[in-house]
Amino acid sequence: MSIQLIRQAFSGDRPPPKMWRSHELKEQYDVVIIGGGAHGLACAYYLAKEHGITNVAVLEKSYIGAGGSGRNTAIIRSNYLTPEGVRFYDESVKLYEQLSAELNFNVMFSQRGHLTLAHTDGGVNTMRRRAEVNQIEGVNSRLIFPDEIKSLCPYLDVSDHPRYPILAALYHPPGGIIRHDAVVWGYAHQADVRGIHIHQNTAVTGIEVQDGKATGVETTRGCIKTGTVLNATAGWASTITTMVGLQLPLITIPLQACVTEPLKPFLDVVVVSGSLHVYISQTDRGELVMGASVDPFSSYSMAGSLTFLEGIAGHVLELFPSLSHVRILRQWAGICEMPPDYSPIMGFTPVDGFLIDVGWGTYGFKASPIAGKTLAELIATGKTPTLIAPFRLSRFEENNLVGEKGAAAVGH
Amino acid sequence: MLLLTCPNCGDRNVSEFHFGGELSSRPKDPSALSDAEWANYLYMHNNVMDAQTEWWHHNAGCGLWFLADRHTQTNEVIKTYPYTKRDA
Repeated sequence: MSIQLIRQAFSGDRPPPKMWRSHELKEQYDVVIIGGGAHGLACAYYLAKEHGITNVAVLEKSYIGAGGSGRNTAIIRSNYLTPEGVRFYDESVKLYEQLSAELNFNVMFSQRGHLTLAHTDGGVNTMRRRAEVNQIEGVNSRLIFPDEIKSLCPYLDVSDHPRYPILAALYHPPGGIIRHDAVVWGYAHQADVRGIHIHQNTAVTGIEVQDGKATGVETTRGCIKTGTVLNATAGWASTITTMVGLQLPLITIPLQACVTEPLKPFLDVVVVSGSLHVYISQTDRGELVMGASVDPFSSYSMAGSLTFLEGIAGHVLELFPSLSHVRILRQWAGICEMPPDYSPIMGFTPVDGFLIDVGWGTYGFKASPIAGKTLAELIATGKTPTLIAPFRLSRFEENNLVGEKGAAAVGH
Repeated sequence: MLLLTCPNCGDRNVSEFHFGGELSSRPKDPSALSDAEWANYLYMHNNVMDAQTEWWHHNAGCGLWFLADRHTQTNEVIKTYPYTKRDA
């Protein structure tokens, strides 16, 4: 490696500067994926790699990873509440564990452990239930108490002084953080290498439907004929789905996050508190990344608010009083489409050839590899993989919701 | 959007209000609905990125439930007004 580097430095040869190329829009693609985030790009990659389907276009209205994929707080975990959810997200964690090798690109997955704090008896009961469900499904999670929490996270205030003292925590060792941009770029590069066309700055303006079947996509750069369209535009999914005359059970709400100036490493684990509506982790650069619950009203706006900063600062100081002099570097927002049961909606719709990968609320990034892989299988075989069958759109009229609110969000 | 105009109380900070979701119409004859129609009423939303008519509740003020027309991309409030039967 180092000899290669030195040789490269003196050779005058430079590696190709672009990890993915630009293309003219073709008139026809076998599959059109709307949304160039981690989900859409992962699906494109697995379509090419596992099913040999390479006549695929990924359409992104901005630059790839501009939406939720570049705005999340990069937490990966599988300690969910329902067996369906645990099985699904655990497959994702397993794919993430292999992803750097798979994509030949360092995604910096750091499995540093994940703590979900409980501050009330009700919270402890939920954590106990999650630990049991996780263990039955073979996921490493267990309930721990303040002494052990203190040993994992010495700066956390586990005394009985705070307004909501910490009673216990769900400890999930395989959980951790990742570099989310690298996941997007890695999938994009490997999809590009396999001949998939990534079209940035290409917004979809309409979808042609004939006799109940999707037949084409209209974009700002021209029209495309296709038999299969995947809507992977979490956040904006309703605006695309309405083009085929369907409604989705989604409400789009902003979610804000912020990052502090860099500090020396002091926080090994990811710390989450549902009662205090906050999650916090320290990046490899030393910055603290903090996120909260979704905003109090629906919006597609990605503007930040002072109310959020005041709220999150108060809650973080309740957990880590020693951070009172740390300054915030920046804050941002992403938009999340919330389904009623906090589980995604994946697969077929009443419009033939129009597939959805939506409803990704506040938990979409951590599912990118498995969502891409299962949807690629669905597109290639025409059959819904067992792993994602519980997340079908028809579950709402069948009254078969997958209630994941107790583990998917902090805002409850 | 930091201020919202309550039809009773005038301009107030948005933190005094509770957001009630987009306006939808109740089914005329609930017992006649199929499962799909029920699910449609209970769960489905237009969720537009455009002007939207929606419910707000002045829960830290006069307690009025009223309607607002708001643009969901810019958060610009076009107008707020009391609910009347014809809005349903």
